[in-house]
Amino acid sequence: MSLMKELTLQGLWKNNPGLVQLLGLCPLLGVTNTLTNALGLGVATLLVLLGSNMVVSLVRAHVPNEIRIPIFVMIIASFVTVIQLLMNAYTFGLYQSLGIFLPLIVTNCAIIGRAEAFASKNPLLPSAIDGLMMGLGFLLVLVALGAMREILGQGTLFDGAELLLGDWAKILRIEVFHSDNHFLLAMLPPGAFIGMGLLIALKNSIDQRQARKQAVAKGSITRARVTGAAQ
Amino acid sequence: MSFKIASSPHHHNQRSTAGLMKLVTLACIPGIALQAVFFGYGVLVQLVLAICTAWLAEAVMLWLRGKSILPRLTDHSALVTAVLLAISIPPYAPWWLVVIGTAFAIIFVKQLYGGLGNNLFNPAMAAYVLLLISFPVQMTQWLPPLPLQAVTLSPLDAVCAVFTQYSCSGFSITQLQQGIDGSTLATPLDTLRTDLAQGLTLTESYSKPVYQSIAGAGWLWVNLAYLAGGLFLVQQKIISWRIPTAVIVSLFLLSALGWLAAADANPSPLFHLFSGATMLAAFFIATDPVSASTTDKGRLYYGALIGALVFVIRTFGGYPDAFAFAVLLANMCVPLIDYYTRPRTYGHKAKGSTK
Repeated sequence: MSLMKELTLQGLWKNNPGLVQLLGLCPLLGVTNTLTNALGLGVATLLVLLGSNMVVSLVRAHVPNEIRIPIFVMIIASFVTVIQLLMNAYTFGLYQSLGIFLPLIVTNCAIIGRAEAFASKNPLLPSAIDGLMMGLGFLLVLVALGAMREILGQGTLFDGAELLLGDWAKILRIEVFHSDNHFLLAMLPPGAFIGMGLLIALKNSIDQRQARKQAVAKGSITRARVTGAAQ
Repeated sequence: MSFKIASSPHHHNQRSTAGLMKLVTLACIPGIALQAVFFGYGVLVQLVLAICTAWLAEAVMLWLRGKSILPRLTDHSALVTAVLLAISIPPYAPWWLVVIGTAFAIIFVKQLYGGLGNNLFNPAMAAYVLLLISFPVQMTQWLPPLPLQAVTLSPLDAVCAVFTQYSCSGFSITQLQQGIDGSTLATPLDTLRTDLAQGLTLTESYSKPVYQSIAGAGWLWVNLAYLAGGLFLVQQKIISWRIPTAVIVSLFLLSALGWLAAADANPSPLFHLFSGATMLAAFFIATDPVSASTTDKGRLYYGALIGALVFVIRTFGGYPDAFAFAVLLANMCVPLIDYYTRPRTYGHKAKGSTK
């Protein structure tokens, strides 16, 4: 159980692929202009990551070390193809709006990174949990950034949710405030960079606050720091 | 009794940052006054809004960064940023435009880079570009100059118009944008661009009322006022003469070339120099001591680059005026320019000299 807890903590917070490892930034910045897009790509990435981690873990004993990367890429690519065909069939609107970023999941370093760093060295269950948690961590960052940009950019949430979830989801659309003028910067890539920077800053500041609290609770001795970053 | 025997390297004119910034603001006043006369009192409302936002944003950011607030707030650098942004945007732009712009300038462009002295980009111009890209419609709603205004606005009307987009007497901004002949008027630079794109020749375009004098009604006077303010700053040795001169000379030369080559498709050099934001940008914006080049030779290159970029963007680009983009692009080149134009230090030989 403690393994589960540790993997969850790593995936969602301490080693979050979006906020800490800064992997897969291309789709992260490219498609998070609305919450629906972000959710769609996040779920696709999550499924690919889960599948690839499990398969890589299963075949890890049979893969020659020299050619492991091409094999991992083939496994990931098959999963991406499956997801892509599924989305093409069931969520065609979203498939079109995600465009090139869907096949590009193959090159998402977060996925190959987990295959190489974790799944190829661990048994099935931990690898599956790791894939799920890393995928969830990535999904959460995508969703946070997507929500932020959609609210700032057009004042709505879940605009176009029916593309992902079917017609009933039209009721999910929330209009936070009405504005005739879209704040284009939030919708454009520079807005994604700024938003991402803010999210990372927020995470770091929470971490720092936590560390300070713990230091106070422990009553640890503070020493003058001679190496590393100055305070 | 003091015997001052120190030579010039130790000489110091005892000017503080605050004093400097105050003089820069003072030198803007004639230009602002003429802008208020020709384009309406809206500019004053924008100034108040921008200054309040700038002070508030600066104070909050300093507090968050754990710095002492008052000394840094009273160096008046935030004030200058606010003033420069407020006079660059259309006088009757909605109130939230200037608030967003100023807050972005102070919070993102200045404080997140480490406060005064550490910003790579000119805060006011970065904010201007943000606004122009995000809200192109509001950023181009200039009203016709006073002689062409169908409705003259009182100061109270100006407040109403900025906050509600309707004057107190009930005219909407779109109505106010119309001239006496009922056609909507843009700035001379904007009109010229549109007309040239539609295949009109320059002479045909010039017959429109928006060009009353050399550079368009009102604009000549506003530019002359900023020129005067700028010359005062040069005379006070607050800004170096090199950047403005280089900007103006390079813009003049390039536009003269274009004009001589095809006078029917390129406006005259005088139009380029006295329309739009030329004088304001050359003397007040390009000379920002933090983001501009710092070597004597570098300043000439920096200014010339801005002038050239302005001509290119005004002639071939998609936006009516070009100074904000030109200044930001030149800001990016500053580290390179500074690196290659390092002056020879006393006692060291010049590079490549055989003596």
